[in-house]
Amino acid sequence: MLDPQDRIRFEQLVLPHLDSAANLARWMLRNRADSDDVVQEAMLRAYRFFGQFRGGDARAWLLQIVRNTCYTWLQKNRPSELMTEFDEEVHQRPSANPETLATRANERQRLMSALESLSSRFREVLVLRELEGCSYKEIGEITGMPIGTVMSTLSRARERLRQTLTGAAGASGTAAKEVS
Amino acid sequence: MNCELAVTTIHGYFDGELDAVRSAEFERHLEHCPQCQAALEGIESLRMQLQQSNFYEHASPELREKVRKQIAQETGKDRVTAGLSWKRWLLVPTFGTLAAAAALITIMLFVLPSHKQSMLAAELVDAHVRSLQPGHLFDVQSTDQHTVKPWFDGKIDFIPPVTDYAAQGFPLVGGRLDVIDGHNVAALVYARRKHFINVFVWPYRERETIAETSGSLQGYNWVSWQSGDMQICLVSDAALSDLSELRNLIRQ
Repeated sequence: MLDPQDRIRFEQLVLPHLDSAANLARWMLRNRADSDDVVQEAMLRAYRFFGQFRGGDARAWLLQIVRNTCYTWLQKNRPSELMTEFDEEVHQRPSANPETLATRANERQRLMSALESLSSRFREVLVLRELEGCSYKEIGEITGMPIGTVMSTLSRARERLRQTLTGAAGASGTAAKEVS
Repeated sequence: MNCELAVTTIHGYFDGELDAVRSAEFERHLEHCPQCQAALEGIESLRMQLQQSNFYEHASPELREKVRKQIAQETGKDRVTAGLSWKRWLLVPTFGTLAAAAALITIMLFVLPSHKQSMLAAELVDAHVRSLQPGHLFDVQSTDQHTVKPWFDGKIDFIPPVTDYAAQGFPLVGGRLDVIDGHNVAALVYARRKHFINVFVWPYRERETIAETSGSLQGYNWVSWQSGDMQICLVSDAALSDLSELRNLIRQ
C-alpha cells in the first residue's frame, strides 16, 4: 500500500506515460480491446510495485512492466503466437504475403499489416524506436537486451519490415535467410 | 569497415547511437559505398512512412478513466474528481522541479477567483482529451503556418499567432476551431516527440482572466498566460518543461 505522498509521486511520474503504455500494448497485442485490459493490469502492477521504483527513467520502468504483462497475457491467451515466434522471424505469416498486401489500396493499411505481421520481438523494438522514440539504452532497459543486441535486433526488424513491404522475402527465399 | 559489419552499424549510425570514433569510421565507409548509401536512404524512408502513418495509439479517455478509478480503489479513497486532484496542488508541492509551479498556483488560488479558474482549466483539459479522439485533432492539417493561419480567416473574429517551431522541436501539425466556455477559440496543434500540444487562443475577456499559471489536471499539464489582448493556454500530456519551452517560443 502506498502512502499519499507516493500516490502523488506515482500520478506525477508514472501516469503521464499512460499513452506510451497504451501504444506499446496495442502493438504488442495487435488489438485495442485486449490491450486496454492489459494496460489496466500493468498500471495496477506498476502502482503496487511503485515502492520499488528507485527513480530514473519512469517511462522505461513502466514500459518494462507493460511488456512483461503483455508477454504473460500472450502466453496465457495466445500461446501459439509465441511458440511460432522464432519460425516467424524467418517465415512470414501468410496474412502478410505480398499479394495480399499489394491488393490493399491504402498505404497506411499496408504498412500496418506489414508491421503486425512481424514477430513480437521485432515489432516491439520497432514500436519503441520509431513510434515511442526510445534510445537504445531505454529499449535495453525495457526489454532486458544488451545495447548491441538492441542494435542488431532493430537492424533485422527493419530489414524484415522492408522486405515484407517490397515483397522481396516472398520473391526469393534467400533474402529471408540472410537476416536470420 | 566492410559492408558486412556496416549492415548492423548503419542502424546505430542512423539512430545517432554510435560514438564519435565509430561514427566517423562508418562515414568513411559510407562515402565509398553506394550500397550502404542506398540502405541508409531505405531506413530513412521507412521511418518517414511509419511517422506519417500516425500509428501512435494514445490511451483512450475511457482507458484513462478506468486506470484512474482503479488506482483510486486501490488506495481505498475513491475521491479522484477533477476538482480534488486540482486542489491537491495546494497541499503537496512534493518534489523540486514542480514545487515552484505548485507554489505559484497556491498563490494564484488565494489571489484569484479559483473556482472559475479551475473550471476553465478542466474545460481546456477536456477539450484536449476530446481532440485526441480519432478525427478530432485538426480541421486543417498542415505544417505550413501560411496555410493554417489564413484558414482561421472569417471563422473567428481574431487572428491567432501561428508560427511553426519545427526547428526548435515543436513542429506545427494543424489547427481547428473549438468551443470553450461557450466561446469560439482557435486551437493550434503542435507535436512534441510523440505528444500533441493543443495551443488554445482566444480574445482576453477581463472577467475570466487566468494570468500566468500552470498546473496539472488528470495527468495533463497546462500553462496559461496573456499576450496583448489574447489569452493563450497550452495543454498536453507532454512534460511541463516542454510546455514552458513552447511558451517561451510563442512569447518571443
